[in-house]
Amino acid sequence: MSLDTLVTQFQNKDEKAFEKLYTMYSNSMHGVIYNIVRDHDIAEEVMQDVFIKAWHRADSYNSSKGRFFTWLLNIARNAAIDKTRSKAFKNSGKNLNAEFFVDILESSENLNDKIDAIGITKYVKALGEKCKKIIEFLYFKGYTQKEAAEELNIPIGTIKTRNRNCIKDLRAMVLE
Amino acid sequence: MDIKAYIDSGILEQYVAGSLSEQENKEIYTLMQEHPEILQEVLEIEAAVIELSSAISPGENTQLLQRIKDQLRFDKDDTKVVKMSQSQTNWFAYTGWAAALIVVAGLLWTINQKQQLETQVSDMDIENLYLEQQIEQAKTDLAVKENLLNILRDKDIISIPLGGQGNFESSYAKVYWNKTDNTIYLDAQGLPQAPSGKVWQVWSLTLNPLTPTSLGTIDNFNDDDNKIFTIANNNESQAFGITLEPTGGSDSPTMEQLYTLGVVSQP
Repeated sequence: MSLDTLVTQFQNKDEKAFEKLYTMYSNSMHGVIYNIVRDHDIAEEVMQDVFIKAWHRADSYNSSKGRFFTWLLNIARNAAIDKTRSKAFKNSGKNLNAEFFVDILESSENLNDKIDAIGITKYVKALGEKCKKIIEFLYFKGYTQKEAAEELNIPIGTIKTRNRNCIKDLRAMVLE
Repeated sequence: MDIKAYIDSGILEQYVAGSLSEQENKEIYTLMQEHPEILQEVLEIEAAVIELSSAISPGENTQLLQRIKDQLRFDKDDTKVVKMSQSQTNWFAYTGWAAALIVVAGLLWTINQKQQLETQVSDMDIENLYLEQQIEQAKTDLAVKENLLNILRDKDIISIPLGGQGNFESSYAKVYWNKTDNTIYLDAQGLPQAPSGKVWQVWSLTLNPLTPTSLGTIDNFNDDDNKIFTIANNNESQAFGITLEPTGGSDSPTMEQLYTLGVVSQP
């Protein structure tokens, strides 16, 4: 069944379609959310909100506006970032400023067998420092090109090609 | 169009990241329908990002999907309903629902009416209470005034007008003196409010020689409504005067502050 059909069924409130889409994207969304909030319980809470929101707002998605994955990614990023701005979260004393997704992959507590099934850790380590940051900003934090360029201190014109090369490297690692 | 150059520009990576404008998104969507290479490229970019982000997940709770489903109330209406034939179902269902709706609407209306009436009743109660208080107040006032009138009409009473003196020409007062019970009633309507730190003091005078005797100060002058004061007087007064004195009163009248004075006419 094509993704478009599945999404249409989901928009028609088909519960089976919802479950299928959940299975397809939940791991990825969980990674994105966890990368932002860095807490198991909070990540679960946000996940729940994200998929409930997706169900209720299904009508707002239109395939001509972008990929379904991107739509979901947007909801997840926003929900997670909102969470980190909440008072309760700030009071928990977490310092998220200098941390990147790479840190998660490199910290030993997360190195269970599931994660490293495709040896991604090794590959990601091989990604250039700039690549790690550019991927973090554009995909996991939802920065605009301008924001990413400012953060990385490189001209906005080079963001696109730099990112293209980084994703190329990543593709070579994970999809071969 | 140079498809390869387009792909190499890096715009498709931005597309998956969601950082393009709505216009650009629409263009790419159209291009994807026309050029399978572009669609393929997008799918691979997306797959790579999904792989990477999934790898970051430290493993999600397997109960989560069930919790979400519970919250969305899936599975709740799975119970199979045996349907009657279509026309019958509709007929009974519609009539039943319509009747139920009418009853509910009627009930709601009645409840609403009841509440409105209750509010009205309680409003009336409050108003009644208020009016009763006003009547009570009026009765008390009337009794006070009748009492005053009776006093003034008493045959034994003599009235002494007190005229304004010197700078205080516009001031006036009246004394009603009942010699049988040694009481004077001072009507001091024509005196101004006493300034702070000052008080009105009433004097009984005998004329030859001039001897003032204090009848006391009127401490509650400013707060009194009708400005009629009852004062005991067992002197053989020949005149009455009122002066403004420092709070607490003075032993002898300050003549510069003599506001009103009146002589008792001899019978």
